[in-house]
Amino acid sequence: MRRHILMRFLQAVVSLLALSVIVFFLVRLTGDPRDILLGDDYTQVQWDALGELWGLDEPVPVQYGVFLKNSLTGNLGNSIFYNEPALDMLVRRIPATLQLTASALSMGVLVAVPMGVISAVKRNTWVDNIGKSIAMLGQSMPAFWLGIILIWVFAVTLDLVPTSGRDGLIHLLLPTVTLGWFVVAGIMRITRSAMLDVLDSEFIKLARVKGVPEPAVIWNHALRNAAIPVVTFVGIILGNFLTGFVVVETIFAWPGIGLLAINAIQRNDFAVVQTVVLFGGVVFITLNFLVDILYGFLDPRIRFD
Amino acid sequence: MSDSTTPASQVLRLPPIRWWRGMRQLPLIPGAVLAVVVISAIFGPLFAPEAPTFGKLSSAFIPPAWAEGGSAAHLLGTDSLGRDLLSRLIYGARISLMVSFVAIFMAGTIGTALGLIAGYFGRGVDAVISRMVDVALALPTILMALVLVSVLRPGVGTVIIVIGSLTWANYTRQVRGEVLTVKERDYVVLARSIGSSDFRIMFRHILPNVFNTIIVLATLQVGAVILLEATLSFLGLGVPPPEPSWGQMVAEGRNYIVVAWWISVFPGMAIMLTVLSMNLAGDWLRDRLDPRLRQM
Repeated sequence: MRRHILMRFLQAVVSLLALSVIVFFLVRLTGDPRDILLGDDYTQVQWDALGELWGLDEPVPVQYGVFLKNSLTGNLGNSIFYNEPALDMLVRRIPATLQLTASALSMGVLVAVPMGVISAVKRNTWVDNIGKSIAMLGQSMPAFWLGIILIWVFAVTLDLVPTSGRDGLIHLLLPTVTLGWFVVAGIMRITRSAMLDVLDSEFIKLARVKGVPEPAVIWNHALRNAAIPVVTFVGIILGNFLTGFVVVETIFAWPGIGLLAINAIQRNDFAVVQTVVLFGGVVFITLNFLVDILYGFLDPRIRFD
Repeated sequence: MSDSTTPASQVLRLPPIRWWRGMRQLPLIPGAVLAVVVISAIFGPLFAPEAPTFGKLSSAFIPPAWAEGGSAAHLLGTDSLGRDLLSRLIYGARISLMVSFVAIFMAGTIGTALGLIAGYFGRGVDAVISRMVDVALALPTILMALVLVSVLRPGVGTVIIVIGSLTWANYTRQVRGEVLTVKERDYVVLARSIGSSDFRIMFRHILPNVFNTIIVLATLQVGAVILLEATLSFLGLGVPPPEPSWGQMVAEGRNYIVVAWWISVFPGMAIMLTVLSMNLAGDWLRDRLDPRLRQM
């Protein structure tokens, strides 16, 4: 077990390094940030001065070495536009994104897990069909479209909630539903199929024969054993959260990491772009690592060698 | 659909059923929706009412035919530049499907080849390819797409490359796992003992036996890829205007949602129905060909 954790840890580090190389070089390829900042009207002196300030004239591998050393000490470069550390800008956006993650994920788990369980127990009834339809829609609707429709219906036509911004809990409602529906869809499908597998197994039959009350069989015995795929899936969703956030935060002008990323990419603000992408990668790789370790505790049958 | 059903029953040795009975089990509504979309994509120019980029400002914001003020000349209404929405939807189907299928074909081919190599040769090659897969799957999809698009400049080719480079790893991971078990089978050992080359074993003996998995995975990915293309186009990083794509049409209608809801609503519904039907068809195909993949 200890050896397994160590191996997975080393793999995670290698993945992170590779990620940093890819991101660094891709972002360098997007162009010289000076082209954007200086426009057409500049002198060679200004050009060279900026180049020296940001180390842009060094060979790219040297720039990467400097970048790597700096990033290990938490220095990920400055935003060209705001001239402040990219990491600080990112950190400032974390609460907004975290708030949205928490609310979308709670909606996901609180709605989807019971829905998935009930769907599995009442398989092929109208309850199951409704559940499956909600999940199917969630996986097929483009988030950007759902967001626009929700704004049109609930914010503009019915005037119940604000259209955008982040100012109090009411602003959280539409972005949560937009993002949460997608989360619900995935978790519900996974829960349902895991429950179907478990409900079919011998120990569930034994529990019933022993006379354990049916609700306890389902919610305690079965659900606990269906938890592994669900936990994995929640890990994947959390890791991929940036993807959903770019879209949802753009539509609702929610001042989180996704909006930061989109703005930075549009402005070629490469320190910020690479900080965000690296951050997304770190979160994803770390979560995968933790989920993997968590397996061992959730299911003692899993032994690593 | 018929040609994908017949080989399946041969490979799996299902009880002898006539292919049309198999076809009958394809869910009717998704099948019909997909047929409409595919026909629009291929033959669209033959029956689209107008050119997708033709617009007169004097006929801007005409509502759909059944709404008040609508006209039969524009069944689904017109957009802010007076272009016929139905025509743009039909041409948009062509762009969306073309981009998705080419991207999936590319990713599937490269991903499968790498998966075959990693699984077959093992050891160092496997370690390197597997790490590449780990990294590729760890990249935040949309962000990487955005970075790539800004490197390569927007365009149809770019979108295809971006989507392909973000999805190949799924095939590699799946194929590698399958190859690991298939290569221990007797017929592979036998082929090796009579001196078949590695290349021959990989492509003649192993590939046909992992092919179902690849087809199912590719079908299940179509929906996700169409959504990704639409999202990129929505964010202004996909197919550049005036070429119509569904995601970009939703974006164009966004600012007029209050006065002209139809501009955003119809292309969004087109995306949703296509993805939904594709997902249902994918589930159906998976249950028939490869029930082990149910978790995906």
